[in-house]
Amino acid sequence: MSPETRRILALHGGLLVLLLGLQFVLPAYHHGNLARIMVLASYAIGYNILFGYTGLLSLGHALFFAAGMYGMGLTIQHAGFSPAPALLAGLLAGLLVSAGLAVLALRTSGVAFMIVTLMFAQAGYLSILYFGEYTRGDEGFVIQTAQRMLWGIDLSDPTNRYLAALLLFSVCLGLSLWLVRAPFGRVLVAIRENEERVRMLGYDTHAHKLGAMIVSGTISALAGAVYGLLFGYAGASFASVQYSIFPLLWVLLGGAGTVLGPFLGTLFMFYLIDLSSGLTTAYMLIAGVALVVLTLFAPQGLAGELRRRLWGWLP
Amino acid sequence: MELGPYILLASLEGAVTAAVLALTAVGLALVFGVMRVVNIAHGEFFMLGAVIAWWVAQTVGGHPAIGFAAALVIAPLAVGGIAAAADMTILKRLDYDPERTIVATIGLLYILQQLTLMTYGPEARPVEAPFNQRIALPWIEHGEAGWQVIWPWGLGTTSYKLAVIGAAGAVLGGVWLMMARSRLGLVMRATQADRDMALAFGIPVERVYALVFGLGAGLAALAAVLIVPIQQAHYLMGADPLLLSFIVVIIGGLGSLPGTVLAAVLIGLSDGIISVFFSPTLAKIIATLLVGLVLVFRPEGLFGTRRR
Repeated sequence: MSPETRRILALHGGLLVLLLGLQFVLPAYHHGNLARIMVLASYAIGYNILFGYTGLLSLGHALFFAAGMYGMGLTIQHAGFSPAPALLAGLLAGLLVSAGLAVLALRTSGVAFMIVTLMFAQAGYLSILYFGEYTRGDEGFVIQTAQRMLWGIDLSDPTNRYLAALLLFSVCLGLSLWLVRAPFGRVLVAIRENEERVRMLGYDTHAHKLGAMIVSGTISALAGAVYGLLFGYAGASFASVQYSIFPLLWVLLGGAGTVLGPFLGTLFMFYLIDLSSGLTTAYMLIAGVALVVLTLFAPQGLAGELRRRLWGWLP
Repeated sequence: MELGPYILLASLEGAVTAAVLALTAVGLALVFGVMRVVNIAHGEFFMLGAVIAWWVAQTVGGHPAIGFAAALVIAPLAVGGIAAAADMTILKRLDYDPERTIVATIGLLYILQQLTLMTYGPEARPVEAPFNQRIALPWIEHGEAGWQVIWPWGLGTTSYKLAVIGAAGAVLGGVWLMMARSRLGLVMRATQADRDMALAFGIPVERVYALVFGLGAGLAALAAVLIVPIQQAHYLMGADPLLLSFIVVIIGGLGSLPGTVLAAVLIGLSDGIISVFFSPTLAKIIATLLVGLVLVFRPEGLFGTRRR
């Protein structure tokens, strides 16, 4: 094991151990928040694989998040599934939707790609409203405590919920760390930097982008399914444009193309919005200002700055 | 009411939608055409136009026509000014990089929307129309006594709605004249054709960009002032015009003004007629899917010409 690999494992493993330790010391309010942040950070990790590493800016990831959430929620609600197969259904729904959208959207690039993803996500959101008979539209539906027993573990209990969120986060963090250090991930970074040259070197860039989008969408869907299961609610607002913008914001703030960035960005933005929503109802103002300021002054984000100034080895 | 008069009524309502939509979409198309910037905050400029119109009408008082006339001048100028300032402080510093400007305009969207929520509040407020006579419309029907003219109950429009259609047509004509005949339009088209070459010929490209961005936003604001006596001013009202303008600009062939107007009329009219038969949500689903698929399979737009 090279010293660099050891350092990387120590840093990321250290974060997971720290999060595990926090479970025992955090007060109830922040304990609940952190569980939520870890699930949302998993969503951001999924987003980062496409945006940060492959350089494809999607404005439609809420479609994948919602595909997972509704794939899980609807099968529990209407087909009487138990949580484990329901999670699998959410994962499959995300896989199918992301593969479908990838095939269509990757025929375009740049601005057209952004608009195409935005439009399909919007169509998905409107479809959830349209089939309100099953999805209950904007109002959404609650997944009862009795329906959230996974192998005898009650997921509505705060401790179980925290640990489940940590488990999801560890899996996603580990997967993303492994992926970006594997040859597949290296090709993705190369595509981000210069697609033409990668194609000339003989790589099938289209297949790599397709793979990146499917992995990204499926992780997002898994996060959506777990979010619905842990917090017991599925609603159309999770499919709205806002939930496509959020992962972009988190990743930009934390540092696009870094493994730790999505978590840092989600953590900071969550608390920023949490604090400001105590002051005003217009808390999305913070998100807007952050987006503008970040694009103007710090396109690298927090972890990007860390990498530039201190730790050049940060993956 | 029978189907025939019903469709006539729907197309009249559709014509009003089309007129306002054409103005908004031409603003978006102008910005995209000349600057290659996709302005996600365009709907918020529309919303600001309506809110400022309410505020002006409220402050001026007196006869509704005076307040409305003042709003018609002040709102587009104010919104254009705000947009030009945003261009100079934000977009210019991003070097008009397509992807980063989209992210920045999304930020701008939330800033404008939430600032409006903080100052203007969450209520929907109307602006009184300057004139609003009801005009009943006749319908020809084949009855027992042969062809006869009848006046079906509910079939009619208002003088204000007809004026909106007329005003939008006049402004669009003005924009076309400016682009095709004036020196300013020539400078804009030169910048659109080749930014670097325009710069080399001494055209102040940055000032042209600020002007175009302001003009685009001003057109959206003008459209909003025209519609605000029919709809009400609300801080979330920007979403629908944004979506519809996108649809129109993309179907009309990105950045082409005649294509944009044609698409606006088509979408506006069909929106009115489709909503007679389908639920508005289904109509929107079809419309968004259509835009996505057009971009995937015919990126030059339905009426655009393929560029080589």
